[in-house]
Amino acid sequence: MDNFIAKFQLNFIDDSRWRYIADGLGTTFTVTFFAAILGVILGFLVALVRSTVDKGGSKSIVLKILDTICKVYLTVIRGTPAMIQLLIMYYVIFSSPDISKQFVAILSFGINSGAYVAEIFRSGIMSIDNGQFEAGRSLGFSYSQTMIHIIAPQAFKNVLPALANEFITLLKETSICGYIALTDITHGANTIRSQTYEPLLPLLAAALIYLVIVTVLSGLVGKLERKLRTDGR
Amino acid sequence: MADNQILFEIKDLCKSFGDHLVLDHISTTIKQGEVVVIVGPSGSGKSTFLRSLNLLEEPTGGSITFEGLNITDPKCNINKYRQKIGMVFQHFNLFPHKTILQNMTLAPIKLLNKSKEEAERQAMELLRRVGLEEKANAYPSQLSGGQKQRIAIVRSLCMDPDVILFDEPTSALDPEMVGEVLNVMKDLAKQGMTMAVVTHEMGFAKEVGTRVMFIDEGQIKEENSPKEFFENPKNPRLREFLSKVL
Ligand SMILES: Nc1ncnc2c1ncn2[C@@H]1O[C@H](COP(=O)(O)OP(=O)(O)OP(=O)(O)O)[C@@H](O)[C@H]1O
Ligand SMILES: [Mg+2]
Repeated sequence: MDNFIAKFQLNFIDDSRWRYIADGLGTTFTVTFFAAILGVILGFLVALVRSTVDKGGSKSIVLKILDTICKVYLTVIRGTPAMIQLLIMYYVIFSSPDISKQFVAILSFGINSGAYVAEIFRSGIMSIDNGQFEAGRSLGFSYSQTMIHIIAPQAFKNVLPALANEFITLLKETSICGYIALTDITHGANTIRSQTYEPLLPLLAAALIYLVIVTVLSGLVGKLERKLRTDGR
Repeated sequence: MADNQILFEIKDLCKSFGDHLVLDHISTTIKQGEVVVIVGPSGSGKSTFLRSLNLLEEPTGGSITFEGLNITDPKCNINKYRQKIGMVFQHFNLFPHKTILQNMTLAPIKLLNKSKEEAERQAMELLRRVGLEEKANAYPSQLSGGQKQRIAIVRSLCMDPDVILFDEPTSALDPEMVGEVLNVMKDLAKQGMTMAVVTHEMGFAKEVGTRVMFIDEGQIKEENSPKEFFENPKNPRLREFLSKVL
């Protein structure tokens, strides 16, 4: 027991080492939050283009080109590891020491998440009965008005649980921030380990923090799913 | 609008899906105040014809003129004309995430720039007309099939259309609910609404129709007043059809 207290003291109290993890927690939250927002915006736009072309809503050549760009984006992002994307973004695309690492991480994870969100939104849009489109169009709504007022709200509701799960995945994915020397929870814990040569406690602490966050989020998703089901509409 | 004004003028309307010709040079007119009932065997192209009238199906040949304007012209803004052409579907297609009142007021508010109060007042009046005012704040899932279809009809009326297209409005209903929907349609016809109705309800065709149209193999094989149509059919395919359904 004394041993444990000593180790705890060494890893977290001495030199205020706990702050590595606390700062990391802030970074993890910030990166996840803004990457999620970027991912939703990007994903929504991509899904809009993809499903418009799929449904034959427009024959415009611009849209066809956009659709091809979207397809390439989806293939590349979903076909390569997030870590490689992060490294390329930091070392190749920005390759400047002045750039904010947090900004690079948000951009990289946002673009990554957007690809998955896009497919979630698209499946949501495609799952809405075509009769809903026809009812909207027959009242005189344009394609985009039908999308905004009639299809998207229903699709969004259907995919809310899947979307929430994507954010949980995103949160865990940000644990590779350390590869661009950005201190998130994982990198913070690893920094303590490298200073104290005590791997068990800091890594366990990091794991525990992720577990608590994910459990709380999953609980909220479950609640949301039950609420959507009992709403029954 | 003057009586007997031509609403739809359809000339050589063709529609094919791939190399399957579904509408084969259909020409006819629909005048103000008419109730045109469209009958025919399954797969003959009735729905495709009806859905061509508001361009839910894009014709592959011929032209459709609505109130003097060629709506098959690619330059025509079809959204504007669809506001004047109501449509009622077999499966109602109410918006499940909106209340009955919201279903009815969405389009008038967004497309006709009506105030919420004005749109709701009009919607409530229409709901009273079909006896469903107590459902104003219900969601579609809380309604029976017959009630849903009556709502679908008044939803289209909220746009104050010049004509309403009905595609088998009673086919998805339990038999005991068919009457309540047909009654609403009869009332509409009495008030002079122009209607094009695809249906298997021959009683409705006889009683309410001003003209009955027999579509078979993508062509109008015969169209006539209900009396002539049912009592004195000339086309052999129509005779065969009537012997099966009557
Ligand atoms: N989107 C489509 N793609 C391919 N073929 C189609 C499509 N819509 C209709 N068809 C075909 O066109 C033909 C006519 O269909 P339509 O729905 O107009 O018939 P209908 O007279 O309304 O029949 P029913 O009484 O069964 O409703 C059918 O052979 C059908 O298979
Ligand atoms: Mg049909």
